[in-house]
Parts: sequence; structure tokens; C-alpha cells
Amino acid sequence: MFVRGLKRKCFDGEEDIEGTLAGIKAIPSYNLQRQSLLDMSLVKLQLCHMLVEPNLCRSVLIANTVRQIQEEMTQDGTWQMINTQSTGQASVDRLVSTDILCRSSREQAEGKHVPGYSTFSKDFEGDQAQDSSETMSTASSVQAPRNLQSNVWEMENPQENKGNFQKSLDQIFETLENKTPNSVEDLFSEVDNSYYDLDTMLTGMMSNTKMGHCDGLESFSSPTTTTSSSNCKSDLNELDHIVEILVES
Amino acid sequence: ADIISTVEFNHSGELLATGDKGGRVVIFQQEQENKTQSHSRGEYNVYSTFQSHEPEFDYLKSLEIEEKINKIRWLPQKNAAQFLLSTNDKTIKLWKISERDKRPEGYNLKEEDGRYRDPTTVTTLRVPVFRPMDLMVEASPRRIFANAHTYHINSISINSDYETYLSADDLRINLWHLEITDRSFNIVDIKPANMEELTEVITAAEFHPNSCNTFVYSSSKGTIRLCDMRASALCDRHSKLFEEPEDPSNRSFFSEIISSISDVKFSHSGRYMMTRDYLSVKIWDLNMENRPVETYQVHEYLRSKLCSLYENDCIFDKFECCWNGSDRQVYIVMTGSYNNFFRMFDRNTKRDITLEASRENNKPRTVLKPRKVCASGKRKKDEISVDSLDFNKKILHTAWHPKENIIAVATTNNLYIFQDKMN
Repeated sequence: MFVRGLKRKCFDGEEDIEGTLAGIKAIPSYNLQRQSLLDMSLVKLQLCHMLVEPNLCRSVLIANTVRQIQEEMTQDGTWQMINTQSTGQASVDRLVSTDILCRSSREQAEGKHVPGYSTFSKDFEGDQAQDSSETMSTASSVQAPRNLQSNVWEMENPQENKGNFQKSLDQIFETLENKTPNSVEDLFSEVDNSYYDLDTMLTGMMSNTKMGHCDGLESFSSPTTTTSSSNCKSDLNELDHIVEILVES
Repeated sequence: ADIISTVEFNHSGELLATGDKGGRVVIFQQEQENKTQSHSRGEYNVYSTFQSHEPEFDYLKSLEIEEKINKIRWLPQKNAAQFLLSTNDKTIKLWKISERDKRPEGYNLKEEDGRYRDPTTVTTLRVPVFRPMDLMVEASPRRIFANAHTYHINSISINSDYETYLSADDLRINLWHLEITDRSFNIVDIKPANMEELTEVITAAEFHPNSCNTFVYSSSKGTIRLCDMRASALCDRHSKLFEEPEDPSNRSFFSEIISSISDVKFSHSGRYMMTRDYLSVKIWDLNMENRPVETYQVHEYLRSKLCSLYENDCIFDKFECCWNGSDRQVYIVMTGSYNNFFRMFDRNTKRDITLEASRENNKPRTVLKPRKVCASGKRKKDEISVDSLDFNKKILHTAWHPKENIIAVATTNNLYIFQDKMN
């Protein structure tokens, strides 16, 4: 039931307790809860069953939740705050630990490390500075995810992109498009024994993934992911297009 | 592999089909009513078992295709044989189930065990005759409808013309003719050009029971779209959009997830449709798009537990719902919940009941005791507190006999059949 490595902070039942405390204490608690929900969602998105196609409906719902939190955090202006606060570092560390477990083989190949919020906040700073009226800020915060998505694709070439969470979102849909087995099997669900009846090629890996290590997966990355990220997206779209033609013919 | 994934009565109610995670279909048949035992209707016994789908491996994507049966739909009976459609994530199959209770005997060239006789030993000729034999039920695949879905099929629905049917996956809906397997028409496509812009998927679809040009599909954002196939070949623009405005007081980060519709079912008349989202069942009048006419809370006590349910993924459970049989006077809807509980709502009396499908708590042939969940505060005797509910025991699939008050309820591994008390 509990997510390993993640401090359990939930909205359940705690709201009543928090409400009785001083107002100042209640607000950061909400932020912490929201942050933990965000972390949990990202972990969920990254931990897909590598053998079976992930459930698209579930992925879309989680991704929408992440976007929602992101939008709210942008409106709050807490997104920038996270960078400077020490609690922000803690949450980054937490993300690191799960990230190391769930790093895609492509990221490992390119030697990317900790997802940094620094590059992320830069875009927001730019947007926030421009806005003065309320209506404008609402419009830009809605637009921000859009811009970020396009920014992310542009930023993937330079080394400065450290794989922020927006990239994770796009990776997810990329994953869904080309279904590369670049994620660890869900750490928290029991291993389905029926998998052992499959290809012998995979059985060796199953014992590895149960331990929670990605090592076994590195050798298993499919050919399409070894191309550089700049060409990857167009290749993926092409591949998807070709697959569609094959399927629909 | 024995996890039940779908349950469906045929049009007469005599047969009950179940599909499981291992790709098998098990069909139960109702015994003929015993004249001496007028107290109970016939029991259901296993009639036929066959392997409908096998696990496959998609080499292009390096992914396994599960053999789990997502849906079974029966065709109305036209001759001695029965036909049903069963589907996994990618392929739909039409199965013919036929009985054999006679076999030919008295061949001239073959012995009874099938060995060929030496022709030189044949001195007289005889005409083979049919003799009765033990009933054998055979299932054979008559059509295989494959390679038309990129995403996972969640629904199939047979049209009222009994010639065509639709299959729906996360992003597309296809129209098939039952006789034609190498072609299908795409009638709905909500895939965005850029997959990064994807925010909504199709969760269920069904044909109208009477109008063969009308169908509905539900989405993960809690909307239902009604489409008319006469309007255009690609029904990208809906004829009606059913959506209830959000209640601002109940807004949370989980609002969208719990609004996602997991099942949609037309009423027998076609005037109403029922939708199931995570916490409630809603009845819609097809003539009113802006809100449902009735809403029934299935397990409102879970609203304060949504974060935990999100953590353990239970919030993504897809519960189905069903109408009672086509009795003109009575309208009851049924759906499942956790802890092996299932709920029924009577639309006329507005009464509801919670029952449990479990062997430990109910002896066979005893009347089920109503259950109650205590949301908060002091727990009364016989009540169960929310925290002691078992979220691994979920009832996702239920079915109601089309004519009688017999219901089939599937827990994770077991099928329960209940009937109403007869006096």
C-alpha cells in the first residue's frame, strides 16, 4: 500500500487536524501535501509494466493531475519558492532516489543526472515578469505548460536540460507512442507469475527487476531509443505513422 | 489466470458467459425448471469451457498482448447454435457454440473406434444411422476480427440490426460487419495529431438498443457523446454532449479522476442511459444533456480517502453497472463496490441496499443480510468501518438476467449467482 522511499503524506483525515492549527502552519502543510502528490504521480507515471503496454487511460489521468498541480503551483508562485527553500531540496532528493531507480536507458546513455528545477523556473520567471493584470497571468499560466513542452523539445539538444519533470510528462507519451521498455516494473505490485511462462529471453530480467535495479534493462533497450533525442521525436512519429499504416491496411 | 474479467447473460437468460484473465470463456446453462421443486428456478451448471484468446507478443513494439477477455457480447439466437463475440485488448472473435447429441454409427469402411476396415472383409453393406450420444458442446471460432486497433479495446456492442457491431479502444471506435473480417470503418477518432496534447480517452461505448444509427461513448473526463452515423462517415462531431457541471465545493486534485466514466449502459427502452464513475451511478434522460436525472452514491464514504486510493491505484478501478431485466414496472440498477459488496438502487422507491458476495458470511440458500458501512463516528453493531474494508476484494462485474430476478456477481476469483426469494 505504501510507496517505498516516499514519505507518506496524504490529505486523508489530516485536514481536520491541520485546520485546528494556526493558519500559517496550515498553508505549508497543503504545499507539502501537494508536493508529495506531485512526486507520487511522477513515480506512478514512470513505473510502468515494461512487458505490457501501460494503461493509457490511467496514464492520461495521472498526467492531467500532474498538469493541474503544476498549474496551481505556477499561479501560487510556489514553483519558484521550491527552488530556494530547503524543503525543495528535500523533495528533489526524494525525486532523485526514485529517478535513479526509474531512469530511462536513453537518459543513462546520455549521462543525465538529477532533474533540476532551475531550468524549469527560468521559463516561469520570464512569463511571470511580463504579466501585470490578473487575466494575463491566468492566460499565461495556462499557456506555460504549452510553452514548456515546446521548450523542452528544443532544450533536449543542449546539455543544460537536466530532465525536468515536464520532460518526464513528454517522455511518458513518447513511451506510450513507441512503447520502449525503459521503465522498471512496478516495485510495489507483486510479480505476476504468468510472466515466467513467456520468452526465456525475459526470464533472466524478471529476477533482476524484482530487486528494483535497472541494470538488467539497460541491455534490453530497443534499437529505436539509441538515436539522439533530436531525431528521436521525428523518428518516433514516423514509426508510429508506419505502424498505423501497417495496422490499418 | 482465474480472475474473472467479464460476465454476460445471453438474450434468453438461459446461458451465462464469463471471461477470465487467462483468456478462457466459461458458459453456464440454467437447468430446466424442476416441476416438483417449484421453490427455486433452475441452477446454473457449467455448459462449455474453451480457450478464446491466447497470449501474443507484438514483436514490432516488444510488448505482450494480454489474453484477458475484456468483454463478451451475445448475439440473439437465430438457429440451434449460439453465437458470442469475445474480445481481448486487440482482437475480437466470433464464437459458435453448438450441441452435438447424436453420432453416426454403422459405417461400412470404418470400425466404431475409427480404424479403417480391410475392404476385403466387407461382405454386406449397411446404411449408417444416427444414434444418441452424451451431449457434447463444441465451440469453434467462426470469425476473427484483428489488426484494427492500435490501442486497447474496452468495449464491443452489437447493433440492433444484428448485422454490425462496434469496437472501441482508448482513442478510436470502429464499425464492423459480422460477416466481414478484413475491413472495418473508423467512426470515431479522438487521437490528437500530437500525442503530447492527449488529455482525454474513450472509456466505453454502446449502440442504442433500438436506433441502429445511434451510439454513445463515454470519456475519462466524465462526458458522454451521442453520435448519429447518418450525419457523417466520421462521427467526430457529436449530436449530443452529456456533461454535468462540476460541483465547486467538492473540487480536489482527484475530481477529474473520479469523474472518469467506467461504464455506460442504455436502458431497455432506450430512453435513458446509466453511467458509472468512481463514486456514483447516474441516470441520464437522452433528452436532457446538461445534467443527469438521478444520481446514486455508491460509496460516498470513500471521498475522504481518495488520496490513499490514488496511492494504491484503486481509484483507477473500472466498475461496471447494469439494469434489471426488462420488467416494465420495476427499475433497479446494480453495481459493485469493495469488500465484495455490491449495491442496488430502486429508481421508483428510491431505496438502496448493500449486499455481500462471500462464502464465509452467507450460507447457500439463505437470504442475504443487508450490510452497512459506517463512515465515521461510533460504529454500530453489524456495521463495518471504512478502514476495515478490504480493497483487494472488489466487485467490478455484475449481470442481471434479462427476464427474471437472477443476478450474477463476480468477485475476483468466484462467480456468485443469486435469485430473489420465492414464496
